[in-house]
Amino acid sequence: MAEYSTPTTEHEFQRNFAQLKPHMNRTEALYESARCLFCFDAPCIKACPSGIDIPQFIRQINSGNETGAARTIYQANYFGNACGKVCPTEVLCEGACVYNLQDVKPIEIGRLQSYATMKVIESGKKLFGPGEPNGKRVAVIGAGPAGISAACELRALGYAVDVFEAKAQPSGLTVYGVAPYKITNEETLAEMAYLQAQFGYHVQFNYPITSREELAALEEKYDAIFLGIGLGKTNELGLPGEDKINCTGAVEFIAELRQYHHQVAVGRRVIVLGGGNTAMDAASESARLGAEHVVLAYRRGKEEMGAYEFEYDLAKAVGVKGLFNVAPVEIMGNGYVSGVKFVRTETKDGKVSEVAGSEFIEPCDMVIKATGQAKQTDFLRLVPGLKTDSKGRIIANAHTGQTTNPQYFASGDAWNGGAEVVNAAAEAKQTARGIHAYLTK
Amino acid sequence: MPDLSINFAGIKSPNPFWLASAPPTNSGYQVMKAFDAGWGGAVWKTLGVPVVNVSSRYGGVNYRDKRLVGFNNIELISDRPLADNLREIEEVKKRFPHHAVIASLMVQSRQEWHDIVRQSQEAGADGFELNFGCPHGMCERGMGSAVGQEPKVLQMIVEWVMEVAQKPVIVKLTPNISDITEPALAARRGGADAISLINTIQSIVGVDLDRFAPYPIVDGQGTNGGYCGPAVKPIALNMVKNCAQHPDVRLPISGIGGIENWRDAVEHLLLGASSVQVCTAAMHFGFGIIREMTSGLEQYMVEKGFNTIYDFVGKALPNVLPWEQLNMKYKVTAQIHEQKCIGCQLCYTACEDGAHQAIRLNAGTRVPEIIEENCVGCNLCSLVCPVEQCITMERTDAGTEHVTWKERTEAGDIPVAFNDEKAGGRHHWVPAPTAALGKERHKTLPGKARVLSGETDVPAEA
Repeated sequence: MAEYSTPTTEHEFQRNFAQLKPHMNRTEALYESARCLFCFDAPCIKACPSGIDIPQFIRQINSGNETGAARTIYQANYFGNACGKVCPTEVLCEGACVYNLQDVKPIEIGRLQSYATMKVIESGKKLFGPGEPNGKRVAVIGAGPAGISAACELRALGYAVDVFEAKAQPSGLTVYGVAPYKITNEETLAEMAYLQAQFGYHVQFNYPITSREELAALEEKYDAIFLGIGLGKTNELGLPGEDKINCTGAVEFIAELRQYHHQVAVGRRVIVLGGGNTAMDAASESARLGAEHVVLAYRRGKEEMGAYEFEYDLAKAVGVKGLFNVAPVEIMGNGYVSGVKFVRTETKDGKVSEVAGSEFIEPCDMVIKATGQAKQTDFLRLVPGLKTDSKGRIIANAHTGQTTNPQYFASGDAWNGGAEVVNAAAEAKQTARGIHAYLTK
Repeated sequence: MPDLSINFAGIKSPNPFWLASAPPTNSGYQVMKAFDAGWGGAVWKTLGVPVVNVSSRYGGVNYRDKRLVGFNNIELISDRPLADNLREIEEVKKRFPHHAVIASLMVQSRQEWHDIVRQSQEAGADGFELNFGCPHGMCERGMGSAVGQEPKVLQMIVEWVMEVAQKPVIVKLTPNISDITEPALAARRGGADAISLINTIQSIVGVDLDRFAPYPIVDGQGTNGGYCGPAVKPIALNMVKNCAQHPDVRLPISGIGGIENWRDAVEHLLLGASSVQVCTAAMHFGFGIIREMTSGLEQYMVEKGFNTIYDFVGKALPNVLPWEQLNMKYKVTAQIHEQKCIGCQLCYTACEDGAHQAIRLNAGTRVPEIIEENCVGCNLCSLVCPVEQCITMERTDAGTEHVTWKERTEAGDIPVAFNDEKAGGRHHWVPAPTAALGKERHKTLPGKARVLSGETDVPAEA
């Protein structure tokens, strides 16, 4: 029997995908904020990629100044609520909390952060606004964490900002790629609406930019162009049978799930290929959608998985089984997926090799490939003079985000190769400053 | 099993825990319930000419997530007819003959005092407590603390009471006075059998930031109230000590102020109280707290080998001295136990900003280091440290010398001029004032965030 029964209504979906970090009420926030020690040179701040003054906002919450707390958070990171909910806080701020060294539960920084930011989002309190117009224009491509963060910062600096987004909604992976038990669509979009109302940038949705002509028009019209394009589709594995029905990419599967909830069907026996955080998410999600048997297949040993330990724990907790040291050879089936042929592997001196004659077939009726996302190589080729590194990442100045085409700047996954929302938010803020420095020279 | 019973100036009680005269002793119902729960005695809510109260009567002081570390009230004495109270006192005494029921009294004229003492006596009260402490409302009418602040008037009223009292008389003192022993001495001169202290401290417990009015708010306005609760214990302990140590007071003391658990009670007893009274804690948590108080007291007595309360009443008094008699050769130095340190660095910033710059930070570790030559042994670091026994104060003098300020004064060995060579801090190193400017700014504010918000050019720390 599966841990979860297949959700057939929104209510059942919400129950199976209950928030891991539910919003706090005032009482819980008061009690939790009271525990903060207000460390000197606080390790939590250093552990936060966006450098939020955490002890300060916790103290503000404790003294009943939630608005001030939200301001402290947003001053450092425009994705305040989103990061509070989706950040791997266990390995960032909360992992750095000194209480860990005393075997005391660390402060729930993420939930406190969401508490303060949701307060101002719900009240609509105005904390920021656009700067004095400076007559210059910046185009932002991609309305994900990088693009929206850059748009906010640029508006604050007085630029006219137009954002172009291929999809129908803002916030990128926050609404299309993060597991549903980490954040809800409603709160994600509420934060986006709040930011847009404060800063007043324009967003064109369903507006993919795919041709050199379109880019040329942007180059003509705008003083600078910010690339917050993220990553592309799931990598093809190049295996026989990969085109069978019910063999899907994790990114595509999760995007469907975030939009259609219980209306997304999952197999009874699911195999997830991969050992990263996305694989953990896809496996957990399959189980929560009612799959009876979910196997996480990874080509190396358990210890070598890229996923955070707590993410694997989450998957294990919902009944996901690990299958290690196996590499997929072929997706089996007649039209529909019926299994995966694996070969066992061994790791010697860090190199993985297949064990001859060890093939076996693991039956399943769905395969989810969580084996990394492709870079947006085709798009990047449209930018004249733009260089990428050997892994397809945009090459840009570490401080200013300026690419090898001086009119173009970049942040987020397309630059860092794929990291957290918080990294994109922090990088984009810095890059917006880089654009400002470039345009005011 | 140790014996918890007391005989307080002739008032017998199965244990030293009494409910103070206050809302929890407003009725026979409450007092019976308290005795049923295990309380040893109760001082009845003050009897007199019944009052009329306002609505909205209490205010609280919360600290972070802790409710009611301080509490105040603007309620007056009993608003119930005297006959009702006396009938219930009689009923309680019949049901609980071995528990202490003390009638708290507050009236004005000599005749009234005589009448109310006689009537309470007839009702079966084991003793009287004269309320000379209430610091709000009643004092405006010349009673309560208005009497407690006027030793001559206090003495006169005690004398009136003693003319008719056949049961022990306790005088309850107000702390709203500069020297608590003055009214204590007046009580003794008037012939009182005991004193109790402290009554509440005149207070404004907080101000509503939106309504611009003090708590508790009565139709948009407020008045000063009487402050009590855990926060007042240190003030109470000091006043209890002052009365207990005064050579001429020599009266049993009922300790009141901030008693919430057995530890608080033992502290009052060690400083000379021989019964204790509790109000706020019972108002906050109910009468059930008595179980923890008696069991804790019992356990303490077993561990210390005390058979009766009187084995340790006043036991700390010989160790409470005037400052000038403390040993100036005694020296403690802070020691950080590295393996326990969690690296919060509160000790560092406390010493750096609030004490003597005797802690340094070293690169590569979050464990601070004590600069022994700068440490004056003030305790601050050990007080702010959130880890038990992580910072300890270790004795560093040989323990062979003993010199007091008094002795130094007598020997002419004290600083007397503004720039005296003998100044205690003369050779104590302090950094140059300008060394403070910009110091650790990147640590007290998050560098990264400030750089990103364009506030500053200070480079973000790696």
